[in-house]
Parts: sequence; structure tokens; C-alpha cells
Amino acid sequence: MGEITLRNVSKSFGTTTVIPDIDLEIANGEFVVFVGPSGCGKSTLLRLIAGLEDVSGGTIAIDGRDVTREAPAKRGLAMVFQSYALYPHMSVRNNIAFPLKMAGEDKAVIDKKVNDAARVLNLTDYLDRRPGQLSGGQRQRVAIGRAIVRQPAAFLFDEPLSNLDAALRGTMRLEISELHQRLAKTMIYVTHDQVEAMTMADKIVVLNAGKVEQVGSPLDLYRFPRNLFVAGFIGSPRMNLVSGEPAARRGAAMMGARPEHIRISRENGEWPGTVGVAEHLGADTFLHVHTDAAGTVTVRADGEVALNHGDRVFLSPDPAKIHLFGADGLATPRSAPAMQGAAH
Amino acid sequence: MSTQASRSAARLMLSPAVIFLLVWMIVPLALTLWFSFQRYNLLAPERSGFIWFDNYLSFVSSPAFWGAIVNTLILVVGVLAVTVIGGLLVALLIDQPIWGQGPVRILVIAPFFIMPPVAALIWKNMFFNPTNGLFGELFKFVGLRPFDFLGQAPLASIVVIVAWQWLPFATLILLTALQSLSSEQLEAAEMDGAPPLKRFGYIVLPHLARAITVVVLIQTIFLLGILVEILVTTNGGPGAQSTTLTFLVYKEAILDSDAGTAAAGGVVAVVLANIVAIFLMRAIGKNLDA
Amino acid sequence: MARAVTAQRKTLNTILAWAVALLIAFPIIWTVLTSFKPEPQAVASPPIWFGFDWTVKNYVDVQNQRNYFDYFLNSVIIALGSTALGILIAIPAAWSMAFVPGRKVRDLLMWMLSTKMMPAVAVLTPIYLIFIWLGLLDTRIGLVVVIMLINLPIIVWMLYTYFREIPGEILEAARMDGASLWNEIRYVLTPMAVPGIASTVLLNIILAWNEAFWTIVLTTTDAAPLTKFISGFSSPQGLFYAKLSAASTMAIAPILIMGWFSQRQLVRGLTFGAVK
Repeated sequence: MGEITLRNVSKSFGTTTVIPDIDLEIANGEFVVFVGPSGCGKSTLLRLIAGLEDVSGGTIAIDGRDVTREAPAKRGLAMVFQSYALYPHMSVRNNIAFPLKMAGEDKAVIDKKVNDAARVLNLTDYLDRRPGQLSGGQRQRVAIGRAIVRQPAAFLFDEPLSNLDAALRGTMRLEISELHQRLAKTMIYVTHDQVEAMTMADKIVVLNAGKVEQVGSPLDLYRFPRNLFVAGFIGSPRMNLVSGEPAARRGAAMMGARPEHIRISRENGEWPGTVGVAEHLGADTFLHVHTDAAGTVTVRADGEVALNHGDRVFLSPDPAKIHLFGADGLATPRSAPAMQGAAH
Repeated sequence: MSTQASRSAARLMLSPAVIFLLVWMIVPLALTLWFSFQRYNLLAPERSGFIWFDNYLSFVSSPAFWGAIVNTLILVVGVLAVTVIGGLLVALLIDQPIWGQGPVRILVIAPFFIMPPVAALIWKNMFFNPTNGLFGELFKFVGLRPFDFLGQAPLASIVVIVAWQWLPFATLILLTALQSLSSEQLEAAEMDGAPPLKRFGYIVLPHLARAITVVVLIQTIFLLGILVEILVTTNGGPGAQSTTLTFLVYKEAILDSDAGTAAAGGVVAVVLANIVAIFLMRAIGKNLDA
Repeated sequence: MARAVTAQRKTLNTILAWAVALLIAFPIIWTVLTSFKPEPQAVASPPIWFGFDWTVKNYVDVQNQRNYFDYFLNSVIIALGSTALGILIAIPAAWSMAFVPGRKVRDLLMWMLSTKMMPAVAVLTPIYLIFIWLGLLDTRIGLVVVIMLINLPIIVWMLYTYFREIPGEILEAARMDGASLWNEIRYVLTPMAVPGIASTVLLNIILAWNEAFWTIVLTTTDAAPLTKFISGFSSPQGLFYAKLSAASTMAIAPILIMGWFSQRQLVRGLTFGAVK
């Protein structure tokens, strides 16, 4: 149940090819996140799986069954849209009941399922309200409720948290993760926010211009990015990518060091520099340091650090955590055995 | 969001509308073209036959033709001038803060909803009539002799009637466009030191340019087809002083039962309207996706 | 223009605006007043403004002497009939154009609108003859079809703009929820589109009621609506101003009332969206 396979899937709109060729395997119960910059094709890919768009080539299979030519409703999937797409003229109850009504279920059965879903999502008090009378988070839950009652093989989420403010986003992220643990169903989640991807996913699919750059667990992508794109995309703040002398010295065209993997010292270090902007967040401190050897480098320090604009510092990247890239943008594989199991 | 299924459904759902309009366009126009090349008078249907462009020649060379073209131009340009300038002034006025904007709008817009025969007769009997009309009373009041508007200045009178009917349309469109102008633009101009008249000329007027264009083009399309107002007041006269192209064709067709000539006249009218339509399409097409 | 303005300035503007508004609406006001005057007082010289003997005799006479109600009924049938028929054809067409996009949609829409710009006189002869041949002259059904055809582009256009405002995602959600095309239209699209459909209906009733070309050309007595009836008064027949005013008032009253509610739809419908 909930196993989805994509083979040679491609999609073109007229003469524009959005997705050239994608193979993907999604195991039952996995929380898979499609992540990538705007226009990379992640939403398109989701809609192809949902059946809202026809593929231009290739096949899509759900639990071994070829669904490439099937209508969305027949595929047994449920989707939560970015705008929630609730029916504004129906009450919450009727919104959640709608798919069951379309399936022709008994009224008694519908009522029971709706009440169950409402209880799970804490919506029981709001069943008779209209979407217009609900807050953003409540509307989201109604959208999820409408998806749950269909008891689908998999859930599809299209950037569901983009319309929420930061605080609410954090709360809803947790709720969706908890939902996944409780239901143990396959979930495919599209987002451009790599923090959401890292925190929620079992498996991340990084997409760029319609191509899959890398597939792996969050920590896999963090520790072993396969190319420059993934290295720069995963991790916040962005990995520092340095070309020129520091890279050449290490035998590569480009070297990368994450802000959290660079040591700061007032006395000595590989790259001398001056602090430009210093961001003091209390729990962390981010320094943007102008160096001659490596350009502007972003460094993260734990806790409160008494360094400010104009101070002279020395930066040294942790040799064990350096990423090296060839001229083709691909990462030279790091000595993985030594890394595995090593505590960060 | 298109799939094969929804695309075929779409085509099916479009067909009634498309078929109806296609037939409505093609069949009558084709027949008009056909008739225009024939001698065909409903009162003497036995005399028929192909006469190629004779209908066109006789239509264009008839004494009433060029007069009709001129009258049409005067009517259209006259109404446009009154409605656009008047509409702009009224729109500017209503846009100001006033008490009772709602009722004022309703009063100003009312003439547009009056059916043309009623509008024409109101003006003919209530106002223009020399013996009993209100204008006649006004003239007597100031010591002048009442003026026979419809007899002495038929075209001008009709321009007044039609302009009265269409003024609300222009006002409404221009008012809508005015109110879509963000006040921030005007405030920025004021901060930049521009006096009210300059603000009007440099910011308001250009913003209204599109709306004015739309008003002009749409009104022209409708004005070219004005019939009832003429029919009911002057019947094209005295003589042919208030006969427009449309009225001329109507006369040939219905009053003289000359289908052949009327068809030729109709084709001429189509050519005229198409020229205007091309410009209108260009203006609207730009805004279709907006 | 949302800044506070001195009370003096506002008063001046108000007086000016009301003066202009009353001037513009004066002919209508005068007609309504005259309809309640006895015939001799209607043409009194100098004119009597308000101090006349109010009477409804004119309204009664118009019905008794001329069977006004028959013409009124014809106007109603033509307005409602052509609107209903038009809506029936236009809803599916507008749906398909709004929700199944394609470059051809824009061209199709433009073509539809262009049919409205065809001058009526150009097809006067053939339509007249076709009506005679088909026996449709002076029939209500013939007129309903013609009026529907000339307004169809506007109906389709207005519904299209209203449908486009419905978020496509909601219809996709319905599709994912298992709704067939029919269910999608019935349970989701139509309820959400009701205000837009109502506006379109309103505007179209007004346009059909006031249509004064085909309704005059294609009718004689049986199917003659108010437009034909009123235009028959173009030659004066004795004292009749008050009665004409009564007939006119009754002819325009329904539309004036509807027109109050439809200003925004008017702009949308008649400018083809070129002005927001």
C-alpha cells in the first residue's frame, strides 16, 4: 500500500520541456519531500503523480498498478493544496464529507467518518462553521481532514505551509509530522523551504530544472552532497563555496565549508579577515567576514560571541568537514568510512 | 490543469455557442453578399438576375449616399465629443467627496437604462416640440420665438438625444478608471511639487487614456447602428438631413423593399464597421490577460 | 482622492454635483411627474411643476385603450427567454474557456466578441427574408433566438471573467475528491459562480428589454414588445402627452430598478474587461 514508482517520467508544455526524464521509487509509508528552487518542477511532478496533469512520457505505478492513464479520483490519492482549496460555500462538515459523498457512501457512514476525522484534528467545535470563519491553521486542518477521510494510499502536500506566518508554520510542521507517525501512510510533500525538508523527511528528492540532483535521507544530503547545487541548497545558512587558491591547494576546483564547520580565532588561522556584519541571535552568532583568501565567508558560532563590525579575526575550516568539488561541479567522494558513526 | 479528458469535454461544451454564432455570422452575411449582386425587389420579385456591382454603384451614387456618410460622421463625432468631454467632467465631479454620492450616481446613470424609443419621444415631445415643449416654454420665457429643433436642426437634435443616452456610459467608465488611480501616485506628485492642473495633465489624463480609448471605440460601434432615435423623431428628414448610413439601408430594405440595394448598402456598412472593429480588437486584446 | 477636505469645499462640490445630476436625470423626472397629470395640465403653458391634480387615470387608460399589458408581457418573455437560452448555452462554453486554458481561448473569445460588432443593417435583409420564409416573422420565439444571438458574446464574456475568478485549485480539489464533471459543475462551480451568474442575468435582461432594432423590425402586432409599442407613438395623435408619459414610465420602471443594482456589471460587460 502506498508504494509509488515513476519510470522515465517526462513532461512538456507545448515546446517547453519542464521535466526531461525522472525515475523515482517511493516506499510504503515513507515521508518524501520534493524540494528545490522556484520553477524546478517539483509541483509539476506532484501534479503528475496526482493525475491533474498528463505525463508526456513514462509510467507511474501505485502499488504495482499502472495508473498513468487513470483519472485523479481513481488513483486513490488525496491532495492538500497550497491554498487549501476548501469549498467556501460549504460548512467544515460538508467540506470533509464531500469526497465521501462523491463516492456515494451512506449518510451514516459519512457522519461517522467525518466525526472521527474531526476528533483527530481537533475540529469538532468547528464542524458547522464556514472556511471563511476559520483561521489559517484551522483551514489547513480541514484540508487535511478532507484528505484523511478518503483513506488514500498516499497523501500529497503542495507547499501547504507557504501561506502561514512563521510561528504557525513551526506548529503545523510538528502536527503534520505527528500525523505521519500516527497514520503511517506514504506522504509526498513539496516545498521550497529546505528547513521543512530537513525536519520532516525520511527521504529528500532535490530537484533542479526538472532533474533529480540527489535523493537521500536529510543527513545524507547534509553530509555527502553529490554536487555543488545540493551542497549550496541544503543547510542554512548556505555552505561557503570558495574557488581559487584555497581550493587549488587542496586539489579541487571548488571547496565548501559550512558556516558551522569553521573555527574562529582572534590569534591565528588559515584565512585572516575583518568582520563585516555581525548577527547576534543569542543562541547563535553569525558573522560575515571579509577575507582576502576566500572572499566573504559566513561563520556560525555557538552562543554569544563578543565580535563586532571591524574586528580582526582568523578563520580555519575544519579539515574533517571540508567538501571538495571538481570542475564539473561534482563532489569528490569523501572518505566515508571515517565519517560514518563519527559524532558531529 | 488540463488533461486529455478535460480537453475533450471542453470542446464539447464549447460547440453549441460556437456553432450558433458561426451560423449567425456566416449565413446572413453570405446571403447579403449574394443579394448585393442581384436585382431583387420584394415588390417586383419577377425581375431578378445577376447585376454584379450595379447595386453598389447605384447606392453609392444615389443623392442621399454621401449626405448619409457625412451625417453618420457628424452623429458619431458629435456624440463622442459630448459624451467623452462631458463624461470626464461629470466623472471628475462625482469623484470628489460629496454628500449623497450614491443617489447622485443613480441619477447620472439613469438615462442609459431608458429604452431608445422612450428616450427619443421624451425629447421630441417634452423638449423639442415648438408648441408644447419645455425648450419652447423657455424660449418664450426669455422673449424669443420657439425654435423648431427637429425641423430646423434635425441632426443636431438627434445628437443631443443620443448623447444624453450615452453620457452615463462614458461617465461610468471614466469614473471607474478614475477610482482605480492610486491616490499614492497623486500624493507622490504633490510631494514632488506639482500643482493640481499639472497633476491632472501628467498623471490623471494618461491613466485615463486607455479608458477614453475604450469609451470611444465601443461607443462608435454602437453609434454606427443607431436607428430608432432617427426613425421615431425625424424619420431621416426633413428630406435627408438626418439620414445616416444605417437609416439609408433600413429605408431601402423595409420602406422601399429593395433587397438588392439594401444588401449592397449593408456591405458598405460592414466595411466601415470592420475598420473600427480592428482598432477596438487591438485595444481590448492588450487588456484581455490583465 | 481620499484626504479630508474642508466642509466648505465639500458643500460646494455637493451642490454642483447634485445640480448636474438633477439636470441629467431631469427628463426622466419630468416624464414621471407628467404621467400623473391630467392631459390638459400636462401640456399647460407655462408648465405646471408640482401643483397639479395627481391622477392615475393615464395608467388605467393606457391599459384599457391599448392593451398595454400584452406588450409588457412580450417584453418580459423576450427578455427572460433570450437570457435563459443564452445562459444555458454560455455556461458550458465559458466553463471550458476559463478552466481548460490554451492559447486559442483568447482568439476564440475575440472572435465571439467580434460577432457583436457586425452592424445589424448588414444582415437586415437576409434575416428579414429568412424570418418570412420560416414563418418566424412576428413570433416571440423568433425574436428570442435573435436577441439571444446578439447578446450571447456578452453573456459568454461576462461568465468567463467571473469563472476565471474562481480559484482553479478548488475545482482540482473537487476532481481529486472524486467529483465527475457534472458533479463538479453542480456542487462546486455553480454555487461559487451564482453571484456572477446573477449579475450576468441582470445585465442581459436589461440589454434585451431595451433592444430597439430587431424588436421593431421583426414584429408587427403579436410579438411586439414595449419598444415597438412606444415607437408607434412617433406621430402625435391628439392630446396624449400624459398618457405617453404613463406608458413610458411603465416601460422604463423595471429596468431603472434593475439598473440601480448593476452598475459594476455594466462596466464589466460592456467594456469587455478593458477597463477595470
